[in-house]
Amino acid sequence: MALSIEDIKKIAHLARIEVSEGEAAATLTKLTGILGLIEQMQAVNTEGIVPMSHSQDVVQRLREDVVTKTNQREAFQKIAPALGNGSTERAVDCGLYLVPKVIE
Amino acid sequence: MEWEVVIGLETHAQLQTKTKIFSGASTAFGSEPNTQACEVSIALPGVLPVLNKEAVNCAIKFGLAVNAEITPRSVFARKNYFYPDLPKGYQISQYELPVVGKGAVTIQVPAVGKNAAYEKVVNITRAHLEEDAGKSVHGAVEGMSGIDLNRAGTPLLEIVTEPDMRSAAEAVAYAKKLHELVQWIGICDGNMQEGSFRCDVNVSVRPKGTEKLGTRREIKNLNSFKFMQQAIEFETRWQIETLEDGGKIQQATVLFNPDTGETRAMRSKEEANDYRYFPDPDLLPLEITEADKARVRALMPELPEAMKARFESEYGLTSYDAATLTASRDVANYFVDAVNAGADAKPAANWVMGAISAKLNVEEKSITESPLNAAQLASLLKRIADNTISNNAAKQVFEAMWAGEGEVDTIIEAKGLKQVSDTGAIEAIIDEVLAANAAMVEEFKAGKEKAFNALVGQAMKASKGKANPAQVNEMLKKKLGA
Amino acid sequence: MINSSLKTLSQMLAKKEVSSVELTQAFLNRINTFNPEINAYIALDQDRTLAQAKAADVRITAGNAEPLTGIPIAQKDIFCANGWKTTCGSKMLANFVAPYDAQVITKFDAAGAVNLGKTNMDEFAMGSSNETSYFGGVKNPWDFTRVPGGSSGGSAAAVAARLCAAASGTDTGGSIRQPASLCGLTGLKPTYGVVSRYGMIAFASSLDQAGPMAKSAEDCALMMNVMAGFDERDSTSLNREKEDYARDLNKPLQGLRVGLPKEFFAEGLDANVGKVIEAAIAEYKKLGAEIVEISLPNTGLSIPVYYVLAPAEASSNLSRYDGVRYGHRAAEYTDLMDMYCKSRAEGFGAEVKRRILIGTYVLSAGYYDAYYLKAQQIRRLIAQDFEEAFKHCDVIMGPAAPSTAFKAGEKVDDPVAMYLQDIYTISTNLAGLPGMSVPAGFSTGDDGKALPVGLQIIGNYFDEARMLNVAHQYQQVTDWHTRMPDLPTPQGTK
Repeated sequence: MALSIEDIKKIAHLARIEVSEGEAAATLTKLTGILGLIEQMQAVNTEGIVPMSHSQDVVQRLREDVVTKTNQREAFQKIAPALGNGSTERAVDCGLYLVPKVIE
Repeated sequence: MEWEVVIGLETHAQLQTKTKIFSGASTAFGSEPNTQACEVSIALPGVLPVLNKEAVNCAIKFGLAVNAEITPRSVFARKNYFYPDLPKGYQISQYELPVVGKGAVTIQVPAVGKNAAYEKVVNITRAHLEEDAGKSVHGAVEGMSGIDLNRAGTPLLEIVTEPDMRSAAEAVAYAKKLHELVQWIGICDGNMQEGSFRCDVNVSVRPKGTEKLGTRREIKNLNSFKFMQQAIEFETRWQIETLEDGGKIQQATVLFNPDTGETRAMRSKEEANDYRYFPDPDLLPLEITEADKARVRALMPELPEAMKARFESEYGLTSYDAATLTASRDVANYFVDAVNAGADAKPAANWVMGAISAKLNVEEKSITESPLNAAQLASLLKRIADNTISNNAAKQVFEAMWAGEGEVDTIIEAKGLKQVSDTGAIEAIIDEVLAANAAMVEEFKAGKEKAFNALVGQAMKASKGKANPAQVNEMLKKKLGA
Repeated sequence: MINSSLKTLSQMLAKKEVSSVELTQAFLNRINTFNPEINAYIALDQDRTLAQAKAADVRITAGNAEPLTGIPIAQKDIFCANGWKTTCGSKMLANFVAPYDAQVITKFDAAGAVNLGKTNMDEFAMGSSNETSYFGGVKNPWDFTRVPGGSSGGSAAAVAARLCAAASGTDTGGSIRQPASLCGLTGLKPTYGVVSRYGMIAFASSLDQAGPMAKSAEDCALMMNVMAGFDERDSTSLNREKEDYARDLNKPLQGLRVGLPKEFFAEGLDANVGKVIEAAIAEYKKLGAEIVEISLPNTGLSIPVYYVLAPAEASSNLSRYDGVRYGHRAAEYTDLMDMYCKSRAEGFGAEVKRRILIGTYVLSAGYYDAYYLKAQQIRRLIAQDFEEAFKHCDVIMGPAAPSTAFKAGEKVDDPVAMYLQDIYTISTNLAGLPGMSVPAGFSTGDDGKALPVGLQIIGNYFDEARMLNVAHQYQQVTDWHTRMPDLPTPQGTK
């Protein structure tokens, strides 16, 4: 399954990572090398083998439905990033996190 | 060409838990922004999810209520996409192995125009647990959106149907039935304004008689039954017109605008999504045993279907009446309370479905807000049963009780509505009426049956409505030698 | 003092031969001297550190000290520590001051240990040389031109250079054991689920596991006694009875069955490293161990499987760094999409981006079955190899890394060559088994520098106490673990 520049751009977009044309070409070379390594898997017959997601065969533990968390908005919003585009203010206002307008 | 609309629903029911699905943060509605957004809710680096037991109980309840298969080991998966109200960049949901498998609900589709009411089974494909996203708030700051993560992580049960519905009426009947059911079993408060119960409706059309499904468009986030009806009707017309004009339907997510009554495609969802689902490594398989199911079943109220059957056998109600009363748990409870307070079942059913329901409708109240409680209704019905008042008088008493003028006997007394059952008094009235209406008596004797009813009416009028109509009837017949 | 075992330090503190403040200050002085060159620490907060030392002294005086009370420990910068800058080696979190404590930090605090500072690491633990850190590489104390290994390179260098008494590390594919091997120290990656992951910044959730990096097996046992334990906030934390990891240290090894997987001694292993490992095995024979030849046939597949599963999980784990609530946000952006793409392009380094892209690719529509599902299936085959092997032996031994420390810059542009560093360590993460690296001697390279070699010991699930016993007995008859590098005196100091 050979990767193309288009694939790189597509997955970079899915991953929300900006890549320039130059970066895309360099990335293509590196990822092609890594995929080459990964391709070794295809030689293995895995028919009927149950996929392994966890190393221990245990089931989910359940939490009692009891409120344990208190309001920590101030502490958490103290570490909000700077708004950007010329503003060094934190990207919060009226207790809300601020982002560029969301269009639905 | 004749077209057929095919509809399937995906409903998000917010589960009535105290805390979020994967953290101990409160789910209470309406708090200051981000004051219920704990470190897990805002996805700080390093935080981990732990599943809320009550959310699982809710899912089991639902599964039992729709006779569904409950998956012995279901799996949580990550649905990956970027959105500011989705703090982790993925939503924890279930994908390949949902907690609830195939089930079904029976709906009553009401009569429309000359089409009679009918029953229909809607198949449930699956129901899965997942977390809700936060909210984007617009307008707080110029040119920006504000993100409130109080809702992020609230437990949802997403209930998916097969594309079984064939009209807006069926879709709405299903949605209403589901809305009632989730409240009935106590897993969702059903508050549509607050978004506790939201429906996405998949609509496609195809030439009638064909099998192949048309391309569907999904109407997102409908939060009222009225809008659902309007949106489906508009969408159906739009799709048919588009196809008849030679156009093609593109798969899309659309929003309904209540102001224009139209649907339009969402801009942000234009690009094809690739959610890259995979099992969440932070969570282990959710095991539900037979014992778990039995424990939850024991906590559940009698389900509407069982209650309907019981109303038929125990109270002798018709299937239709039993279904109508059990369409809502509150209505059913009201009815049962009235019967337990001494009312006869059949009249109680008639009054609940008739006069009371009509009043509530006019006043836009739910039965729990009824000014006349079940015990009061029973006291009224007892006075009809023991012939203290006539059915006609009962209507006046009911109005007065509804208006809060007092208890039944007080009102009967005050309004002088007590029925006259004294034979002598009735005989006197009838004699008077016969004497004053000799012409009518002649007509009756000449074979005009109608004249008899007129004489009854005169007698009732003369008694100011207080005479026992059955007695009047009987005595009049005797006097006229009929 | 700086070379003493944790047990000795604990006794000295108890006897008031030294106070925690004095001990802590001694390490801080060494840090001030050597860290500018070695770059093992990326966050220091002397006031906070000394306040903890003072509190420890009060506790010791009050007579309710625990074994690690007052002992200065370095914490890998992957653990959130309330009030500490916690960067995970990334520009993305360069200004992130954690507002809560990881469970590991909570446990060290409860034990009265002193947090000396946060150690450098490969960005988001992705790397085997510490060269992907946004805060620059770490120098191997044995040879400043070489890497300390990674991703826990800062912790490894800090222990090796005696800039702390012991350190925490994390291991997703070898990130404790490979740097322990390259820096000549003892490091243990416990069974998955033994140490809580709560507050430990996730790389690959199903593989990540924290553990101790210290001078000896005995020190690791004392560290484990603090770090291990059930945590209800981590769904993958195993609810097991508390155990004393030092309980079996002194058991004799007579009759111990040591499995040697032939795949660990095949092509790819540096010949000199191989000789050191063979000598260590010979030492075990003298201690009464019995050698069993075993096979782990799918060892070679562990790297491809790992480089599907770990990036896949990472691509999702790292989606939360979006510039909205914390972390780096681009200074200039046009709209929401632009803000996301720029913030993440600027905030992540090249290796992290590569792994996010690989992970995104293998999970994307049409490729999931061929990559992710296939890798999970082979993961089971790898775990089954170990299950079979442990029917024939008690522990498995082999090299921890294929070579000694390599030169800085040597592999940084060749991800595939870098990934092969983890050939002997990755399979235990995939299986969830415990593994450790123990100093086993030195190998002299072409330039005449003697560099440490680590012997890897792999145990069955929950066999940490036995592994520590196996390592400890070896350390009773060898002194490799006591060797420390001669640090060149930095310029400008006497």
